[in-house]
Amino acid sequence: MSDLILTTNIDHADDFYAALLGAHEGLSKADSDALNARLVLILANHIGDNDILSKAIDAAKSSG
Amino acid sequence: MNKIFETPLYAYSRSPDQESEVAVRHKIVIVGAGPIGLAAAIDLAQNDIPVVVLDDNDKVSSGSRAICFAKRPLEILDRLGCGDAMVDKGVEWDLGKVFFKEREIYQFNFLAETGSKRPAFINLQQYYFEEYLVARVRELQAEGKAIEIRGGNKVSAIGVHDDHVVLEIDTSEGPYNIETDWLIACDGANSTTRQMMGMDFGGRVFEDHFLVADVIMEADFPTERWFWFDPPFNRGQSALLHKQPDNVWRIDFQLGWDIDREEELKPENIDKHLRAMLGAEVEYELEWSSIYTFQCRRMEQFHKGRVIFAGDAAHQVSPFGARGANSGIQDTDNLIWKLKLVLEGSAPESLLDSYDYERIHGADENIVNSTRSTDFITPNSEMSRVLRDAVLDLAEEHDFARPLVNSGRLSVPCTYDDSPLNTADGLDGPEISRPGSTCPDAPFGDGFLLNELGDKFVLLTIDADAPELVEEDGIAVTRLEISAKDDTSGAIRRRYLGNEPTAVYLIRPDQHVAARRPNYNENLMRAAIRRATGKE
Ligand SMILES: Cc1cc2nc3c(=O)[nH]c(=O)nc-3n(C[C@H](O)[C@H](O)[C@H](O)COP(=O)(O)OP(=O)(O)OC[C@H]3O[C@@H](n4cnc5c(N)ncnc54)[C@H](O)[C@@H]3O)c2cc1C
Repeated sequence: MSDLILTTNIDHADDFYAALLGAHEGLSKADSDALNARLVLILANHIGDNDILSKAIDAAKSSG
Repeated sequence: MNKIFETPLYAYSRSPDQESEVAVRHKIVIVGAGPIGLAAAIDLAQNDIPVVVLDDNDKVSSGSRAICFAKRPLEILDRLGCGDAMVDKGVEWDLGKVFFKEREIYQFNFLAETGSKRPAFINLQQYYFEEYLVARVRELQAEGKAIEIRGGNKVSAIGVHDDHVVLEIDTSEGPYNIETDWLIACDGANSTTRQMMGMDFGGRVFEDHFLVADVIMEADFPTERWFWFDPPFNRGQSALLHKQPDNVWRIDFQLGWDIDREEELKPENIDKHLRAMLGAEVEYELEWSSIYTFQCRRMEQFHKGRVIFAGDAAHQVSPFGARGANSGIQDTDNLIWKLKLVLEGSAPESLLDSYDYERIHGADENIVNSTRSTDFITPNSEMSRVLRDAVLDLAEEHDFARPLVNSGRLSVPCTYDDSPLNTADGLDGPEISRPGSTCPDAPFGDGFLLNELGDKFVLLTIDADAPELVEEDGIAVTRLEISAKDDTSGAIRRRYLGNEPTAVYLIRPDQHVAARRPNYNENLMRAAIRRATGKE
C-alpha cells in the first residue's frame, strides 16, 4: 500500500505552479472556484485510493 | 372523479368489544392501517396468529405518496400474496436521465441482473399498494383467518404493563378499551404511540421545501426517471419527473426554505410551475399535491417491552431514494417470524433484540444514503454547491464523475452483516449470499427459488446430503434439495456456489441467510439453528 507523498515530487515545480496560476488568469472568483473544484475531482479520481485521499484531506486541513 | 383514495375501504362499524363490560384481551393489536401495519397483519394472519388493526381513518393513503417499489419489497409482497397485483399494475422502468441547466448530461441504466422473478423497480401509487393489501386482508378473512381492520378507531391513550398493553380507543360512538399481549405501532412518522410513551425520535430536518404534484396528462415522455439540477424552469433548484400507471406523472419541484407554504399550494401557483416546465399549452389535471420538508430520524430502540415500532413510526427518511415504504416492509418481514416463535414459546423474548439490531442497521443505512442524496440535491453551503456543480459539469464528458452524481440512491436490500443471529461464514462462496444477506432469487424448476423458500426455516442443499427434516428445540427446518445439474441458467451456481462444488445453506423465514457451509454437519447445523433463534 502506498502512502501520501508529502516530499518533493514534481520535477519542474515552478512550471506546474505557473500553469496553475495561468489557468485561473482572468477568471471571476466564481469561475476560479469552479475550476479548482473540477481540478480537485479530476486529481482525486486519478489517485483513486480512498486511504490516500483521506490522508490528503487531513494534511490539507491541518496546514490551514 | 371517484378516486380510490376517496372511497372508504374499512368504514367504522361497531365491534362486540365495545359491548363488553371488561376490556377484551387480544394477542396482537396493530395501530395503523398504512402499508406497514397492513403488511404486518397479513403476515400474522398467514401464520394463523389472530390480529386486530386499528386506524383512525377509513381510507387508503391520500394521494400517491410512495411511488417507487424495489425488488426486495416486491419479493416480500409475493410471500404476502400481493406481488402479482403490484407488478401487473405497476410500470417498470430502468432508464434514468440527468439534466443540468439547459442540457441533458447523461443517462444511466439500472439494468437488473436477469434470472429473478421481480424487476429492479416498479412505479405504483401508494393508494393502489394499500388497496391490494386491503384486498388481501379480505381474501384471508374469506378463508376464515382471524384478521380484522377497525376503521374510525383512534388510539387515544395507552397503558404499558410488563406482559400486556391497555388501549383506550376513540370512536364516533364514544370510547372503549381493549387489552393486548403485544402492540405493534405502525402509526406513521407522527406516531402517537411513540409520543404517548415519551420515546425519542432524533435526527436531522433539512431546511428546504419540495412541492410534489401528481398530474394526470397524456404526454409522450418515455417511462424513465428524469432529474434536473438547476433547470431553466426552476432556477437554482431541482426537479423530478417520473411516470406512474394511468397516465399519472409525479413531478417534484424544489422550492427552497424561505417560502409561503399556503401561497405555494394555491392551484394557480402550482400551475405556474407546471407550465414553466411542460409548456404553456399543456393540458393536465392535478390529482394531488403537497409540500414537504425532509427529515432523517429514527428511534433509539425499536421495541420496548411489549410495544414494537415499525415503518415510519420507527424511522423516517427523505423521499429521494424511495426508501420509506420499501424499508418498512422489510421491518415487518424481519419482525413477524420472530414474534411468532416468541408467541409459540419456541424462542426467548430476547430474540426480539435482534429485530432492533438488524432493522436499526437497515434504518441507519437508509438514513446515510438519503442524507447524502439530500446534501447533493440541496447543497447547504456555497462550497458544497461549487463542488456539486463541478461534479455535474464533469459528468457530461467524463465517466468517472457520474457515480458522484447523487439524485437518490434507490433502495437495495439490507445485508445484516455481524447480526447476532449469523453463524460465521463457513463457505468460500459468493459475496451476495454471505450470512446476513437476503437470498438472491434464481430460476428454479418452472418458477423461481424464492417462491420455493416460503416463510419457514429451510435447509437449502446444493449437491450435498442432509436429512429431510432437522428439529432443534421446537424449530423445524425442512430441506430443499437442488442439484447444479438442473441449474440450466447457471444462476444458482453464480449466486450460491461460486467456485465451490457443493453447499448447505440455513435460511431464515424472512429469506435471509443464517449460515452456510460446504456440507451438512449435524452439530454445527444445530448450533446455527439455535443461534438464528436467539438461543446462543
Ligand atoms: C411525497 C412522498 C413520496 C414518497 N415516495 C416514496 C417512494 O417512492 N418509495 C417508498 O418506499 N416510500 C416513499 N415515501 C414514504 C412512504 O409514503 C412512507 O414510508 C409509508 O407511507 C410509511 O408507511 P407506514 O405504514 O409506516 O405509515 P403511514 O402510511 O403514515 O400510516 C400510518 C397509519 O396510522 C394511522 N394512525 C396514526 N395515528 C393513529 C392513532 N392514534 N390511532 C389509529 N390510527 C392511527 C394513520 O391514519 C395511517 O393510516 C414517500 C413519502 C412521501 C410523503
